[in-house]
Amino acid sequence: METFLGIDYPTLWYLVVGLLFSGYAILEGFDYGAGAWHLFFKKDLSRRIAINAIGPLWDANQVWLIIGGGALFAGFPVMYATMLSAMYIPFMLFLLLLVLRSSAIKFRSSEEMKWWRTTWDIIYFISNTLIAFLLGVVLGNVLQGFEIGENYTYKGGIFFAFLSPYAIMAGFTTLSLFMTQGAIFLLLKTEGRLHSRLTFLLKKGMIFFIISFAVTSLYTLIFLPGVTDRFKEQPLFFTLPILAFLAVANVPRLVSKKKYFQALIFSSLTMAFLLMLVAFQLYPVLLPSTIDPAFSVTIYNAASSQKSLGIMLTMVVVGAPLLAGYLIFLYKTFNGKVQLDDTSY
Amino acid sequence: MDTEILARIQFAFTIAFHYIYPPLSIGIGLIMAIMEGLYLKTGNKQYEVLTRFWLKIFAITFGIGVATGIIMEFEFGTNWSVYSRYVGDIFGSALAAEGLFAFGLESTFLGILLFGWNRVSPKVHFFSTIMVFLGSMFSAVWIVVANSWQQTPAGYHIVGEGFDARAEVTDFWAMVFNPSSVDRIIHVWQGAFLAGTFLVLSVHAYYLLKGRYVEISKKAFKISLVVATIISLTQLLSGHSSADGVAVNQPAKLAAMEGHYEKSAPADLYLFGWVDDETQEVTGIKLPGGLSFLVHQDFEEPITGLNAFPENERPGQVNAVFQFYHIMISIGMFLIGLTLYACYLWWRGTLFDKKWLLKIFAYSVLLPQIANQVGWFAAEMGRQPWIVYGHLRTDEGFSQEVSSNQILFSLILFLVVYTVLFLLFIYSVNKKIKHGPYDEAKNPDEFLKYV
Repeated sequence: METFLGIDYPTLWYLVVGLLFSGYAILEGFDYGAGAWHLFFKKDLSRRIAINAIGPLWDANQVWLIIGGGALFAGFPVMYATMLSAMYIPFMLFLLLLVLRSSAIKFRSSEEMKWWRTTWDIIYFISNTLIAFLLGVVLGNVLQGFEIGENYTYKGGIFFAFLSPYAIMAGFTTLSLFMTQGAIFLLLKTEGRLHSRLTFLLKKGMIFFIISFAVTSLYTLIFLPGVTDRFKEQPLFFTLPILAFLAVANVPRLVSKKKYFQALIFSSLTMAFLLMLVAFQLYPVLLPSTIDPAFSVTIYNAASSQKSLGIMLTMVVVGAPLLAGYLIFLYKTFNGKVQLDDTSY
Repeated sequence: MDTEILARIQFAFTIAFHYIYPPLSIGIGLIMAIMEGLYLKTGNKQYEVLTRFWLKIFAITFGIGVATGIIMEFEFGTNWSVYSRYVGDIFGSALAAEGLFAFGLESTFLGILLFGWNRVSPKVHFFSTIMVFLGSMFSAVWIVVANSWQQTPAGYHIVGEGFDARAEVTDFWAMVFNPSSVDRIIHVWQGAFLAGTFLVLSVHAYYLLKGRYVEISKKAFKISLVVATIISLTQLLSGHSSADGVAVNQPAKLAAMEGHYEKSAPADLYLFGWVDDETQEVTGIKLPGGLSFLVHQDFEEPITGLNAFPENERPGQVNAVFQFYHIMISIGMFLIGLTLYACYLWWRGTLFDKKWLLKIFAYSVLLPQIANQVGWFAAEMGRQPWIVYGHLRTDEGFSQEVSSNQILFSLILFLVVYTVLFLLFIYSVNKKIKHGPYDEAKNPDEFLKYV
């Protein structure tokens, strides 16, 4: 098998996909999170400002999902096909909610009528909340494993099997983490009364996160097979949950000092550490089979050919700096507090 | 209904709906780039007003295009898992390239395009317009490359057998430049340009008919007319070249397009007609030997007909392929005639005097849209029964583990959400058009006082 710096191509691609989905979680995390607070803002103007805080950025943030999806399809087609067809209902709901969410952003402020705006506000709130929740649910399912039989075919339940207690807990953890992230982002972008309200809301969000995170971690350690073994094999993994905890503990301190940008960095780091924990826990498995570990989807049996992975790694080397450049330019242009003008949503 | 049929209906519905929007954004993007470029070059504020106006319509179109496009990217996995495993190595890399090199570009600069008027200099804004436009063009390239590979696979080999069989890339550039991709990319671009320019033509023809925004509408109409004329004429060439490719690479599709059954005989070219698959006869108006002439420049040269293929290796819906293909051609021809006639009147100096012509332009916005849709229907139905031509059949490619009830559930959701979305789109674009590029009440004598 071909390697680069001693790392084989499937592992490298695993890192690329992991990086892309981390970027997606961090950036769209604050977009979805901001939306999940939407109905907590009472005034029409506050809601409008909240939408315009992500206004110029959310399309670019969504790119990470598109590239992540493409990277998964291209590099691990078996994983892409098996996960999506097994998780048919949650993914279809996720996609439709994405459509509703984009429509809400586009159409909410285009009319003055109160009923119109309230309807879109509710759609926007629900879609953001459920999207964040469903992403966690899917992650929870992946961690738990699927009933995968021979030839990577899914043998499990069809309509509601994805809503296991563990998956629901993971869903709440993701939602609360995104809400924390979203509140910090909005603190960074707003001023005045909305800003003071957010300081209050952020505290609630963090409590929500700490509770769901504690419950999920406990459940993971007790009920998920193999997790404790992993820690015994590699005691170094223990640093990851500790780092995640330290990062999130740092957030309230920075917020009270009004260092919102640093706070956002630290809550993003929390996400990154938790995702790394997931990645290390699974590696080299992508989808554990609960029927027989031999049927599990791994980065090796799911991977595309060496040739194809090599081509795509080259593409990433060329494309990633370009993409980073566009993003930096965009974020620099829209740095600072939200100011509504005639081009706003 | 069975899973395969439902999966096909859902895919056809979601892709056809999606395909209303990206071509419009590509076409409007081109016109917008020209207008903004003219503004920068001449400093004439009229062009700025036009750019800002079309940007509003572009924003909605682009937004719906992106939202409905994300669904497509994941629908391969949800509904076509066998296909996804089979082609991921190749098809997946084209999609990944689209995300990395095209979608990233357009979506990032979109923020500056839409919200940057007061934040960046006019030059940087113009640069962003160009980047968004280029990004959308590149998007089309990678998506059409992926689809063309399904039509005319190249640069690959098949590895494994049975369930483990899959296509792996052997030559990346041969895969990208497979036999049909270049012709089809150009053809798709042209279709997109026409979709956008005819919307611009339609809206400004409507203003001219109502006597509103006369001065700027004349400018916008002329710009778009030049583009529309060049594109509709040259699209004939890319269409012809594309059909030549089909004759070589997908003979069964070509035969279905003209309802040609005989194994090996000179083939006719129909103006219009009706195919009876039972009797294998076509009723209609034809040019005998016309297809032979187009392909071989000889009326007598034989063309491979549908009967040369086993029953289970030819398109199932010959009449549908025939009709869609002919509707596309007829619309193309009509647009050539329409734009050439308008140019002739322009040359005579009477372009805006003929109300009936402006009326035709006002309604003709639908024509490129219809042509784009039916063109794709002909291309995709003509490829059947293959999902990857010659290698994987459509009835083998769908997700076996997904039940028909699941698809029915999602299909109904799509129907509801997309219907609402379409009505919102129409309502919102219509409102922006009615409202116009600037407030007339405040500026009765054209817009100059306003700027």
